[in-house]
Formats: sequence, C-alpha cells, structure tokens
Amino acid sequence: MVEENEQQHGGYQIDLGNLTAFDPHHQFSSVAHNREDLVKECISHGTKLIQAVTDALFNLPSTEDASGPVVSLPPPSTKLPREKPLPKPKPPTKWEVFAKKKGIQNRKKDKLVYDEQTSSWKRRHGYDRVNDDNDLPIIEAKMTDEPGVDPFAKRRSEKKQRVEKQEKNRLQNLKEAAKVGALPSHVQLAATALPITGTQTAPRKVSKDELQNVAGMAATSTASGGKFDKKLAGEKPPKHDKKYRKFLPVVEGSGMGSLEKQQSDKILNKLMAKNSHEIFNVGKAVDMYNAKSDKKRRNQQGKSSSTSSKLKVKKSPYKNKSATNKKSSSKGKSK
Amino acid sequence: MLKSNTNKQSKPMLSIKTPKSLRAKRALEKRAPKLVELEKKTLILHGTKTSNTLNAVLTEIYHLKKDNSVKYSRRNDNIRPFEAGGETSLEFYSLKTDCSLFVFGSHSKKRPDNLVIGRTYDHHIYDLVEVGVENFKSLSSCSYDKKIAPLIGSKPFFAFIGEGFENVEELKHLKEVLLDLFRGQVVSNLNLAGLDRVYVCTAVGSNKVVFTHCALRLKKSGTVVPKVELVEVGPTMDLVVRRHRLPDESLKKEAMKVAPELIQRKVKNVSKDAIAGKIGKIYVPDQQVRSTPLPFTPKGVKRERREAKAKGDDKHSEKKQKKQKQDDEASA
Repeated sequence: MVEENEQQHGGYQIDLGNLTAFDPHHQFSSVAHNREDLVKECISHGTKLIQAVTDALFNLPSTEDASGPVVSLPPPSTKLPREKPLPKPKPPTKWEVFAKKKGIQNRKKDKLVYDEQTSSWKRRHGYDRVNDDNDLPIIEAKMTDEPGVDPFAKRRSEKKQRVEKQEKNRLQNLKEAAKVGALPSHVQLAATALPITGTQTAPRKVSKDELQNVAGMAATSTASGGKFDKKLAGEKPPKHDKKYRKFLPVVEGSGMGSLEKQQSDKILNKLMAKNSHEIFNVGKAVDMYNAKSDKKRRNQQGKSSSTSSKLKVKKSPYKNKSATNKKSSSKGKSK
Repeated sequence: MLKSNTNKQSKPMLSIKTPKSLRAKRALEKRAPKLVELEKKTLILHGTKTSNTLNAVLTEIYHLKKDNSVKYSRRNDNIRPFEAGGETSLEFYSLKTDCSLFVFGSHSKKRPDNLVIGRTYDHHIYDLVEVGVENFKSLSSCSYDKKIAPLIGSKPFFAFIGEGFENVEELKHLKEVLLDLFRGQVVSNLNLAGLDRVYVCTAVGSNKVVFTHCALRLKKSGTVVPKVELVEVGPTMDLVVRRHRLPDESLKKEAMKVAPELIQRKVKNVSKDAIAGKIGKIYVPDQQVRSTPLPFTPKGVKRERREAKAKGDDKHSEKKQKKQKQDDEASA
C-alpha cells in the first residue's frame, strides 16, 4: 500500500495522491544563469519529473467514463494539517440506548398510508392526514370515563403533554451532548444569565456606583491599601472619605511654640476636663468679670467725676475670688 | 429561542439556539468540522501599502484559485501577522469567510513586495511564511496557444526541484505551504483528461525559490503513457524567504490527527487468491476431549460406585436411607 503512494522513479519521490514529484538531488550545472535560461532549465527539469508522475498515474487501473479514463487515486502521502478540529463522536440519545438494549430496529415508514374509513391512500403527516385528531366526530364513552370531563379537551391536553415531554427529552439529549462537547453543528448554546443558588430570584442589576465601590473595597485588602494599584483608563482615583491624620514635624522650627507640648497639653486638658467636676474655666470667668466691671466703672466715671480717681480708694478688682466662685453655677456636674 | 426551565439548581441558564430556516441550517453544517475535510478556502488581502507588482501578484493568485478564494480589495492597516496582537483581524476574517489559508500582501521600504502566506487551525493562526516577490512575470505577458490554457479548478501537478527543499527548514516549510495553497481538493477518483496545469518550484540557493505555473500538454506516444510537454503560461516569480513561524508542537500534533475510524488497519488471516477468491484462515484451538465438562455426570455408571454397592460399604446410600427415615417420621 505504501509503495503505491510514494515511489522512487529514478531518484524522485512521487506522491500520487497529491500528484507531486520531488527531486532532492538535482544540482544546477552553473550558477551564473540569466533569468530566461534559469526558467527554461527549471521547466525542462520539471518536465522530466512530471513525466515520471504521469507514468505512474497512467499505469494505475482505470475505468472508462464518458469524458475520459477515470483513475482511482491513492490517498496522499504528505500529510497536511487539518483546518478544523476533529468532530467528537456524539453520545447516543436516551432512546438510542434503550433501543440498542432491547434490540429495537428502526423501520422506515411510508409516506402514504391506507385509510380504512375513506378506503383511500392518505399521507401520514400534513394536510388531510390519516388519523387526524381534529377530525374525530364522535368519541365513544368508556366505563372508565368520568362524567363531566370533555373527552376532546382531554385528548388535546394529552397530546400537548406528550409534545412537552418530547421537547424536554430533546433538550436533555442536547445537554448531554454539550457536556461531552459533541453538540450538533446547527445548535448553539448561549448562556443568558447566572442564577443565585437555590432560589429563583432574578439577579439584581448592579448600579454603576456599586461597581465602582467594589473595586475600591477589593483594593483596600492589598498590602498598601490599594494606593499604588494600576488604574485602568477611565477609572476614578480612590475615594478617601475620612480625615487625613496630622503628624508633627520631626524638626521643630524656631518661632513656633513647643508643638509637642501643646499637643500633649491639649490631650491632657481634655482628659482632665472630662474627669473633673469643675467644668469651669476660672481664668476666663475672671477676665470676663474684670472686663465687665471695667466697663461699668468707666461709665460711672464718665457720669460723675467729682473727685479725681487718684484720691479715691481703689477697689482691688482682683479681690473676692471666693465670692465669684460662689456666684458660679456648676453647670452639669460631670459623672 | 427555547429556554430551558427544567433546571432550577445553581447551573447557568442556557438557551439553545437553532437556525430558523433550512438555508441557515445548511450554511452552519457546511462550516462545521468534518471527519474528512473538503478543500480549504483562501483569503487574499493587502495591508497599508502595495506596489504595482504586488497588486498584480495578488490578482493572479486569485485568478489561479478563482473558485475557492475570496479577495478583499480594501487596505487593512491593523494587520501585522508576525506581531502578537496584529492577527486578531485576520482571525476574524477567517472566521467570517470560513477561510483557513490567507495571502497577505504589503509593501514597505524594509520589506518590498512582501507576501505573507499563512494557515489557520480552528480560525487561529497556525503557521506563517513571509516571502518577497522578485522578477515577477505576469499571466498576460506570456504568449501561448489559447487552447491549452488551464481551466479553473483543475487538479494541478507539482514538481519540486532542489535539495534545499529537504535540507533548509524554511524551504521545507514553504514547500508544505505552497502545496497546501495550490493543491485544491483531495480526490479519490481522477479523470485523466482533465489534467492541464503544473506548478514547478525550484530551490535556488538557500532561501530562494523559482515558482512557475505551466500548462500541460499531453502528446501521443507509442505506449499508454502520453508524452508530457510543459508550456510556461502563468505567473513566474522568485520567492525569497524572509521570515517564518512554525506551529508549536502541541498544536501541530492536534492538527495532524486523523480520525481513528479512517486509519486502515491490517486485517489478519485474510488473503486473496486469484482462483479461490477471498480466503480466510481459522485457527482452531486444541480440544481436550477427556477433560471437557459435561452438563451431567452419570453417577450410576461409575465403576467405583457399583463395586462399593456390591460390597455394601456405601456411605452415601446409608446417609440417604437415614434421611429418608427422618423425612417419613417428620411427615407422619
């Protein structure tokens, strides 16, 4: 068999299936050829090769046809790649498995069937067919029939059920084939939606904002908090809804008060204030009082200035601390 | 569109799409993968810039393969077959036109008169060969007798000359690709009257191939085999191999697979005789007559039994008698 495909005829390799001859040993007599001579030599040598192929070809057993001698070619010996993958053998359908097990043979049905009623030949399917369900004028009642049940409607519903069952089986067979990967060529599967497990709720449509947030949420789980992640074109910079923390400078400049001291004082005062019962700023109260009394005195002095202020006994504005204390109302004792 | 309402579990909802007309169904079946493949279609297109020679080359290749090729006339700027991302357009066109071979022409200063011949497997790039065209001589410039002009669709002969086709990897690849490109359909029955064209490829040097298309003339000779005469007809060009990309091994293996049912296996023990016709040999294993298990053992015939009975030493009959007595007592 192999000898038919590829033969050595005077040192040429001949592939009859492809009508090819290959001469690996030819040497050109002189390299410096001009174009025409080169082509001529190619053609002449090609003629020799083709002659060898035709020798082999015409020696094959041929049959005479109207247009000429027909020869049966052997399969080609040089293998060339396929253009599409091999089709997978399709798995047998449920009926085929059952039929094989039981040994049921498939009988070809005739298109025309003899109808006893009209004693004529009618077609099996289609217009004016044999045993048409819609043509039944009378359905005889049986003992098993319930009263009140419409037999015509019953027949129609039964047929509908049968058709639905058949459709379900057909889809099941296709699914089985799709699992193996051997779907018939005219059928295509398209995934429409991904359902949530268990329930039949329709998948909720995700909004644009939610999607944007999801990416951000995922980014925060990275080591650097998603700060240096490469962003796609059109993606917004990461949102930062909180306050940025403030840190003190390492080296304190001149002209500023001791920042660290201020910071710690602030914290301490807050803490102390929370835990102390005297929620009262003494210094502030004193200042307020002093300012008030100064104002009052100026007004009084403005109205009546008989004696000079120098001679008058000055009341010390800083006396009576205890009085002011007593005056104060402790607002909201801290608990 | 038929929706499958049967599965209420966590499987993706699948809908099965079938074609609504027979015509669409036939078109889909034509494009489906088959066990034995029909001839490959070719897509001919060009890139951003082409030269006059390249235009002529592309049209002539199209004419040579008129019945199984598609020629695109617009320029395609985004096709770069040898680059990683530049082949998506090619694959898309291959899918749309169902072409598994393509010839892409382009002209640039660096690569003048460039032809990229490529093949696809499953509409993805399988392999590529880039050749430059030099010394192009077109169909119209050759003068010949019009009667011997080859018809479209005839199966061609191929002649490959030169040791370069065996030794140099690029030329080997080019040989395979040229064969695939111009071969046409693989037939099992061939009408010998319809043979009229030859492609002659000569390897000159380590990267150059002289490609010629000739018409075939069969002359009467004394014997059954006619005398062959080649007349230069069609395009003649020098192909200078520039780059090539071989398919990777796993893809190649998959593409070269033959269906197991097509491999002809040797039938053993069958031979053909001119006189007797088809003869088969049957090997019959040795029959062990002595030790063949019989469906029954004739117990009464056994010699030992008989002798023992005669003696009255039979244990088995004693047991039987005992059992019978017991049964009688039980039933009574």
